[in-house]
Amino acid sequence: MRIMSPLIAVLALVLVALVTAQVPGGQALLGIILPYLAFALFLGGVVYRVQHWAKSPVPFRIPTTCGQANSLPWIKQNKLDCPSTKAGVIGRMLLEVLLFRSLFRNTKAEIYEGPKLVYGSSKFLWLFALLFHYCFLVIILRHLRLFMDPIPGFVAALEFGDGFFQIGLPVFYQTDAIFLGALAFLFLRRVLLTNIRYISLPADYFPLFLISGIAITGILMRYFLRVDVVAIKQLTHGLATFSPAITGQIGSIFFVHIFLVCALLIYLPFSKLMHMAGVFMSPTRNMMNNSRMVRHINPWNDPKIKPHSYASYEDEFREFMVGADIPVEKELPAQPAEEEVAKAVE
Amino acid sequence: MYGKGRIIPALILFLGLMTTPMWYKSGDAGKMPKPEKPKDYTECVAPTAYMRTSHMVLLNEWRDDILREGGSRVGKTANGTEYVRSLQNGCMKCHNDKKKFCDACHNYTSVKPYCWDCHLQPKEAM
Ligand code: HEC
Ligand code: HEC
Ligand code: HEC
Repeated sequence: MRIMSPLIAVLALVLVALVTAQVPGGQALLGIILPYLAFALFLGGVVYRVQHWAKSPVPFRIPTTCGQANSLPWIKQNKLDCPSTKAGVIGRMLLEVLLFRSLFRNTKAEIYEGPKLVYGSSKFLWLFALLFHYCFLVIILRHLRLFMDPIPGFVAALEFGDGFFQIGLPVFYQTDAIFLGALAFLFLRRVLLTNIRYISLPADYFPLFLISGIAITGILMRYFLRVDVVAIKQLTHGLATFSPAITGQIGSIFFVHIFLVCALLIYLPFSKLMHMAGVFMSPTRNMMNNSRMVRHINPWNDPKIKPHSYASYEDEFREFMVGADIPVEKELPAQPAEEEVAKAVE
Repeated sequence: MYGKGRIIPALILFLGLMTTPMWYKSGDAGKMPKPEKPKDYTECVAPTAYMRTSHMVLLNEWRDDILREGGSRVGKTANGTEYVRSLQNGCMKCHNDKKKFCDACHNYTSVKPYCWDCHLQPKEAM
């Protein structure tokens, strides 16, 4: 059920788009109104989530160290995994964002006879996650040809590199196949590994199905069903220049594609896909481990509340502590005047 | 909000990047390519709607058919006009101005067929 309900949801989205594209005015709704709405919700949603996160104070360093912290001079510090300088943190963030270093450290635990617990390195998730994200990036950048005029040079360079093997016409793009392969891996990983399946929720499957739907409709459109790209560019470039118009015949498959993209844009800010922005705000990644060098003062400390040392605490409550048989560091004066005790009790 | 000094510039950068196509010096959207159609002929080798979307599929079929299957080098349009099934001697005989026809669309959509690495364009052929 945790797999079926997101699958049905994505199929329902496809169906809605197919039907809407047929009714009069439906194409304008799917091709013009909805994309603007989705894009606005996407931008607004991301900004909202980020500023909401930024409201949480992080007064102290939260260093999850994966290496030796800065210590005595003869102990070698691991400058990237436990940085104590800004440059080190920037290095760690770059490795994290560009190369997914945390995933690279992924391990798997297996129990052998004995019983013996064995940890081993597990790099496949890292590899396929990297392939998935970079293919996605290339595919998104390639789409700029539909939104810009004149088209920036790097788009042509990407198209050339992506179609390097010159297979078929229209030229086959490697990223399309790698992207689908990586998606299949990410899906099968959740289904086949029992421990991962156990912790997988519809919110994990839904984005996988949605993104697969987008990829499959895009691939169908380019290689199999064929659409009038010139007419589509007129619409999409029109969206970017605020003068959209639908002329000519655009196949329904295009509207399914764009509808799923809109669904993704709307869903993204409110889902786990926000790790896109979240990675930059992870305290465990973006703070230097310098708690031993710098005193970090809690920003919302009330200045009216003065430090209260144990000695003064004991001074204040000594009588009661003695009365309750709690050990004290400094005993009461030899003979407490009876009246004084009575006063203190009042 | 904490960390304003970093988060606000980062958000502005994000918004700027995401909306690039909107503020990028875009020509106006009405600038649709108008491929110049041949004057001496009235119909293409296949229905116009099919040609618009799938002419590259057709070229690929021709290429495979002729060079690998030994297929015929001549074909007939729906109305019986004979043409040569060839990129240089077929398509480019009727569509004899590549710049004003093929390139009009291709530049607009950033398509750069590699065919012309080997095949000659009409002007060079003369
Ligand atoms: C109506 C506009 C239009 C005209 C006219 C046109 N093309 Fe195209 N052509 C396209 C589009 C759009 C694509 C890319 C389709 C895609 O990306 O899916 C394309 C792709 C191609 C491709 C495949 C290129 C690749 O790298 O995938 C070839 C080959 C091609 N056209 C040849 C020609 C030739 C030869 C002519 C002139 C006789 C021509 N086309 C005229 C719009 C046009
Ligand atoms: C017999 C001459 C002839 C040949 C050969 C020919 N065409 Fe055409 N083509 C035409 C004519 C005429 C039109 C305009 C049809 C119309 O206006 O409906 C046309 C239209 C097209 C269009 C649609 C343009 C548009 O703006 O809608 C494309 C794309 C195209 N041809 C590509 C090709 C390609 C690629 C080849 C080679 C595989 C080819 N043509 C071979 C005569 C020809
Ligand atoms: C490496 C050089 C090379 C490239 C690149 C190339 N071709 Fe060819 N092509 C040839 C040769 C050689 C022939 C054989 C000519 C013959 O036997 O008439 C040929 C023949 C063809 C033919 C059949 C006969 C004819 O005269 O046209 C078609 C159609 C064709 N090519 C289409 C294409 C298309 C479309 C592209 C671009 C996507 C392309 N070719 C790219 C070398 C090339």
